[in-house]
Amino acid sequence: MSEEYIEAIRKKFGNLILDETVSNNETYLTIKKDDAVHICDYLYHTLRSALLSMFATDERARDGCFKIHYVFSCKGDAFIIIQIKIEENLPKFTTLTHKIPSANWYEREIQDMFGLVPVGHPDPRRLIHFEDWPAGLYPLRKDFDIRTKPERVKGEYIYRRVEGEGVYEIPVGPVHAGVIEPGHFRFSVAGEPILNLEIRLFYTHKGVEKLFETMSIDKAVFLAERVSGDNSAAHAVAFCQAVEKLAGIDIPPRAKYIRTILLELERIYNHLGDIAGIATDVAYPFGAAHANRSKELMMQLNEKLTGSRLLRGMNAIGGVRRDIGDKKEMISKELDSLQKDFRELMELLVSSPSVADRIETTGRISTEIAKGLHVVGPVGRASGIDSDIRRDHPYAAYPKLEFKVPVSKEGDVNARTNVRADEVYESITLIRQALSRLHEGEIRKDSGKIPDGCALGYTESPRGETFYWVHISNGRIERCKVRDPSFCNWLAIEYAVLDNIVPDFPIINKSLSLSYSGNDM
Amino acid sequence: MTVEDEMEIMGQRLHEKIKNIFGRSLSIREVDAGSCNGCEVEVNALSNPIYDMERFGIHIVASPRHADMLLVTGPVTRNMELALLKTYNATPDPKLVAAMGSCACNGGIFGETYASGSGVDRFMPVDVYIPGCPPRPQAIIFGLMVAIDKLEQKIRKLEVKA
Repeated sequence: MSEEYIEAIRKKFGNLILDETVSNNETYLTIKKDDAVHICDYLYHTLRSALLSMFATDERARDGCFKIHYVFSCKGDAFIIIQIKIEENLPKFTTLTHKIPSANWYEREIQDMFGLVPVGHPDPRRLIHFEDWPAGLYPLRKDFDIRTKPERVKGEYIYRRVEGEGVYEIPVGPVHAGVIEPGHFRFSVAGEPILNLEIRLFYTHKGVEKLFETMSIDKAVFLAERVSGDNSAAHAVAFCQAVEKLAGIDIPPRAKYIRTILLELERIYNHLGDIAGIATDVAYPFGAAHANRSKELMMQLNEKLTGSRLLRGMNAIGGVRRDIGDKKEMISKELDSLQKDFRELMELLVSSPSVADRIETTGRISTEIAKGLHVVGPVGRASGIDSDIRRDHPYAAYPKLEFKVPVSKEGDVNARTNVRADEVYESITLIRQALSRLHEGEIRKDSGKIPDGCALGYTESPRGETFYWVHISNGRIERCKVRDPSFCNWLAIEYAVLDNIVPDFPIINKSLSLSYSGNDM
Repeated sequence: MTVEDEMEIMGQRLHEKIKNIFGRSLSIREVDAGSCNGCEVEVNALSNPIYDMERFGIHIVASPRHADMLLVTGPVTRNMELALLKTYNATPDPKLVAAMGSCACNGGIFGETYASGSGVDRFMPVDVYIPGCPPRPQAIIFGLMVAIDKLEQKIRKLEVKA
């Protein structure tokens, strides 16, 4: 539990803690603004807690201030949330990025969306808004009307320049050659090797977090499904779990198992798609066709079970909407043939020297970089970070199921491919276990009126940890912070491509399997 | 009827139409104007061995300059608006625009906000709407057929005028 962490903080910073509240497995510590850096640094470096998310809230109407929340994970399924208050007339806070590199984008996000300035930030450029967004408008402030259409103003975005003899730039995107989401990549190269890559995202920023605040809780589940389309189930479950937790709803066991099956089906089709993408990008179309066929069959299974190829519309506050128990046989038959096909596919991929030549040692992310940036999911695990929300902060039916968490130290495209392949096998066994324990019973509990409060909901999506922090007030969503795993992983690509050649960029990008929409929101 | 049978029937009809109008293939440039990536999953699915749309003469091209049609997904975000218009202008006439998915049709769940533009037809003429969240691969094929009929009408009108 978080007790020993809290004890350690109390011992060292006891007089600095202004307020302490506990709800479920979350401990909220309010401290003075100036002490945040010390305490967060202590949590991160001494107690080895990971910074999972960081976000602001506009509580001017209630408390007359803004708040910034730093969410840390503790061993033994507990979370510590450090809160600081920021006065409206002094909208500044000290940057944490020098101590915890993964705070980088969170702070820039807070600056763009709330107008709170991280003082001393190494890269204070805008992140979400483009240069044509007028100064002084902050969408997540409560006094910003969601329907405002600000005029476009003149401005310029400054890229990092690499200069030298024979160095030139390759700009790519936002409209790409393939069917992928929009983003801009600017390579600085000397010949083939990449000297620097700068990514520019947020082309698909749709104002999702603001939109949550306008929706009823039931409808918001559908929005959560559309934060990152291919991770619909993981997002919906994370959101539902946050609401269920703050309302104290324990969903029926049958619903837990069904959710687990859906989440693992999602992992399987996503991983198959990623492996197909890697095979395509190393010019191994036979392997790609094989993997894409398996993926399609799984998506058809999704449709037969849920009515949606992307597993949408299944989750609701209090459980699931539809029972899949009568289709047990269909699922296990599909899994049998998938397992056989997948084994053949991996044998093909592993035994092909031309594939190995392209993916071994390509796009390496060292454990040090991965830890610093808080790289999550299969990408993190392929770089030696042994973390998995399903095991570390268990939810749904995972506490009752047995599974391994594959980890590799290599950190290259090959390792990421293998970690995903191993996870596919684990997902198959997880679904089989869940099917065998799917006892009769109801699938949804009436949620009743949702009380006021706030809570964290989380899942391990195919891309990694997905977090929702939901604050409900008077039955409405006051604030919903979404943290997609891609928000953590995107910066890793700037490191992964260094000293690789330009033609290997697509493979590296694919192996990181990054969601643009989940990142940009 | 299996998915494969469905595709065979629809695909042959589509192939005929494409052959009559384009000679060989219908070249499509897909533009994600802020989708959640669900639509991209389905467009990509059309290339898998079960649908394999290239055999019916549908070809995804890398540049709008090579395209007969823009297949646009997403509600058109503020940050993608300019890139979408540039892509539209770079596509040679006569061109087709298909709005794919609920968001591209009318903004979908994202609607009209500071960041989201409530659909493609606010920004450019749209020839065909393919609803769905996301549309199934079969629905996309059907939408393409409707679009091609529309192009045939467009060409006929031009001929009458001439």
